[in-house]
Amino acid sequence: MSRITIDPITRLEGHGKIDIFLNEEGDVANAYFQVPELRGFEQFCVGRLAEDMPVITNRICGVCPEAHHMAASKALDALFNADPPLAAKKVRELMYMAFFVTDHTTHFYALGGPDFIIGPDAPPAERNILGVIRKVGLDIGRQVIDCRSRNHHVIKTVGGRSIHPVAGLPGGWSRPITVAERDEIVGVAKQNIDFALFTLKIFDDIVLKNPTYLDMVTSDTYSHQTYYMGLVDGQNRTNFYDGQVRVVGPDGTELVKYHPRDYASHIAERVEPWTYLKYPYLKAVGWKGFVDGADSGVYAASPLSRLNVADNMATPLAQEQFERFYETLGSSRINGRYQPVHFRLATHWARLVELLYAAERMLELAEDPEITSPDLRTKPGAVTGVGIGCVEAPRGTLTHHYEADERGVLTRVNMIVGTTNNYAPMTMSIKKAAEQIITKGKVVEEGMLNRIEMAFRLYDPCLSCATHAAVGKMPLRVNIRDCSGEIIRTVSRG
Amino acid sequence: MSDKPKLAMYWAASCGGCEIALVNINEKLLDVDAAFDFMFCPCLLDTKKADIEALPDKSIAVTLFNGAIRTAENEEMAHILRRKSQVLIAFGSCAYEGCIPGLANLSSKDELLATVYLDNASIDNPDNIIPSPSNQVPEGTLTIPAFNDRVQTLSQVTEVDYFIPGCPPESHQIWAVVEAVINGAQLPPQGSVIGAGHLSVCDECSRVKTEKRIDRFHRTWEITPEPETCLLEQGLICMGIATRDGCGAPCPQANMPCTGCYGPPEGISDQGSKMVAALGSILAIGDCKGKSEAEIAARVEALLDSVPDYAGTFYKYSLPGSIIGGRVDK
Repeated sequence: MSRITIDPITRLEGHGKIDIFLNEEGDVANAYFQVPELRGFEQFCVGRLAEDMPVITNRICGVCPEAHHMAASKALDALFNADPPLAAKKVRELMYMAFFVTDHTTHFYALGGPDFIIGPDAPPAERNILGVIRKVGLDIGRQVIDCRSRNHHVIKTVGGRSIHPVAGLPGGWSRPITVAERDEIVGVAKQNIDFALFTLKIFDDIVLKNPTYLDMVTSDTYSHQTYYMGLVDGQNRTNFYDGQVRVVGPDGTELVKYHPRDYASHIAERVEPWTYLKYPYLKAVGWKGFVDGADSGVYAASPLSRLNVADNMATPLAQEQFERFYETLGSSRINGRYQPVHFRLATHWARLVELLYAAERMLELAEDPEITSPDLRTKPGAVTGVGIGCVEAPRGTLTHHYEADERGVLTRVNMIVGTTNNYAPMTMSIKKAAEQIITKGKVVEEGMLNRIEMAFRLYDPCLSCATHAAVGKMPLRVNIRDCSGEIIRTVSRG
Repeated sequence: MSDKPKLAMYWAASCGGCEIALVNINEKLLDVDAAFDFMFCPCLLDTKKADIEALPDKSIAVTLFNGAIRTAENEEMAHILRRKSQVLIAFGSCAYEGCIPGLANLSSKDELLATVYLDNASIDNPDNIIPSPSNQVPEGTLTIPAFNDRVQTLSQVTEVDYFIPGCPPESHQIWAVVEAVINGAQLPPQGSVIGAGHLSVCDECSRVKTEKRIDRFHRTWEITPEPETCLLEQGLICMGIATRDGCGAPCPQANMPCTGCYGPPEGISDQGSKMVAALGSILAIGDCKGKSEAEIAARVEALLDSVPDYAGTFYKYSLPGSIIGGRVDK
C-alpha cells in the first residue's frame, strides 16, 4: 500500500496533517486527518477563579480570542446568576460584530479566496493574497488591510486590548463607550457595509460568472449531506451572539432546537487514539462513522450551516443576499424555509453573506442610543454552581461549560470549540475529494493536492486555533511575496 | 537566493496571538521585509522543516520563537532552530515563562489526559481511549508527537539569547526591537529582556496612586472601581506592581486589573513571590494592640481566604519559569 502525506498542510505546520493511503489499484483506501496538538485547558482551568475565564480562555486562540471571551462572559452570567443590562449585551455584541467583520474578511481574501480568484491549480507561489491583489488590484489589498486595522481598533476601544480583550465580567462589561468613540464606530460600520457589498460583487464577478468555478462549487466532489447546526433568534434568524441552537437534517427539517445549557443532552464527543482532537456528533442520531445522511450523527457548524438552519437573515441587505444565495444554487422555499445547500464550497459565499450581516448589525448597534450607556454591570448574586455560555464563533458554535463551588472557584470545565464541531465533516470532505481526485495511482501533482486541501480550507479550520494565525498573512503579504518571488518585490518597492 | 539576513518565526504550544501581534505592526512590515529574508514561518509561509534542517548551522540571523514546550515536536524544533540561528529570541510569554498553558503544571499529565478524554460532560469513550504517539490503523501506522510530562519554557530546553515578554507582546514594542536590529544598534547583554521597560506597569498607569492600605480584597465582580484611582488601592488584586512595564497599561484603563502578562520587573526572578511580598507590606489587618498572636493570625488568614487561587492569581503567566515551576509531587 502506498501513502501520500500532506505534512504540513499548507500554513498549518505542527497543527494538522493529512495521510492518504492508496490501495494496490492506486485508488484511495482511506484518508486520515490528524491534529497533533493539545494543551488541556479543561484540566488546568479547574481551581481557577471563575471570573478569570474570559482572560484565560482568550489564550485558546490569539486570532479569535473575542469568541472565547464572549462565550466565557456569558457562561459567567449564568454561573453568577447575573443577567447583564441590555446596554452591556449590546456593547458586547457590537465588539463581536467588529470581530466577525475582520475575521471573515481575512478568510476570504487571504485563505479561501485565493483558490478561486487565482485558481485551484495555479502554482502555490501565485495562489495567495498577493495573487489576489494582482488579479483584483492593489487598491483592494489596501482596503483589506484598512478593514482589518479599523475593526481591530474598535475591538481595542470596546474590549480594552486588540488581542486578548479584558472587559468581560459576570453580569456585564467593564468599559463604557464614549459618545466620541461611538461616532467613530458608526463610521467604521458604514465602511464595513460598503466593503462587504463590494466583496460580494467580487465573488459574483470572479466565481459565479465563471462556469468552470460554478461547476466546481456544485460538483459532487465537494458535496455532503449532513446535519447542520447554528444559533438562531426567536424568529429563527441567524444570530452570532445569542439565541437557541437549531439543528436541521439533510432535508432541512428541524431535528431539534435547544437552549445552549442543554448541549450535553444533544452532543457527545468520541475519542480516536491517533489524534488529539475529539469527534463530536449528535446523540439523538448516533455515531455511525464518517458517513453522510440522515442516519449519521455527523453535523457541520459553519457559515453554510448557519444559513441552512436559519429561516431568514435579520438585516435587510443580508436578507437579499441570503435569498439570492439559495435561489442561485437551486434551492426553493418549502414551508417558508429554503432547502439546505450541501455544496461545501458554497461556504465561502455563505461567509460573505454573514460578513454583510455582521456589518449591518454593527451599524444598528452603534446607532442604538443605549450603546453609550455607562450602566453596564449587574451585580452578581450567589454562585449557582453551573454556567454554560454559547456564541457562534466564525468557525462554528462555541460552548463553554463551567462548574464552580460557592466561592466561585472552578471545579469542572468543558468546551466544544467552533472547529471541533467540524472535525468529522472535514475528515469526510478530505477523503471524498481525495477519492475523486486520485484514481488509478495517477501521479499526484501539486494542483491536485491543493484541491484536496480545499476540502478542509472551506471550513476555515482552527485546529487549536492554529490556522487562524494564517490570518496574519494578509498584512504580511508583502513579506511573503518578497521571499516567494519577484512579484512580491515589485509590490514592496512599488 | 536572497543575501539579506534570514529571519524566522516559529510557534510551539501557542495560540497564534504572537503572530497577530507581529502582523499588527501594519505597514512597518515593509521595513522588516526590506531588511530581512523572512524565510520560515509555518503559519505564513510554506517552508518545511526539512528545508530548515538542510540549512547550514547559524545561517538564520534571528529566530523569534513563540509558544511553550508542550510536545516532543515542540522540543525538537527548539533544538533545530537553536542550531540554525545566530540569535534565538523567546518571543512572548509562553516561550519566555510558560504563560497560561503552563498552568497545566499544577496537574500531572495523566490527570490532564483523563480530564480531556475520559471525564467530562460530553465525552463518549466507552473503551477509555487516550491518544498515543503511534497507532496502527488498517492501512498503516499513524503518528502524533508525544505529550510531555510538563510544560517548559524555551530556556529550559535550550540556550536563549533574548526574551521578549507579553501575552502577546505589544506591537509597538515588537517594532522597537526590530527597528533597533535593522539600524544596527548595539545588542544588549545576552540573556536580557528586550522590547519592554525596566520598571513596573504602575509606572505607565495613569491611575492616581497614594498610600496603599488595603483592608480586604475584592473580586472583580464585587465592586465597580472608581475610574481615576489605583485599582490595588481599591482592593482589586492588580498585578501591575509586580509586572514589567512596556505594555502601556491598557487593562487598568479598561477598568480591569493587570493580570501580569509581561512577567516580573527587571531584577526579579519570581513574579508571584514579588507580588506576595508587595501585598504583605500594604495589607492593613487592623489595630493589633492587645490582640493575641492567634487573633492576628486569624485576621491574616481571613484576608488571605479572599484570594482562593494563589497560583492562578500570582503565577497566571509565569508558573513553569518560576522558582516552584508547578505542583510538586511528593
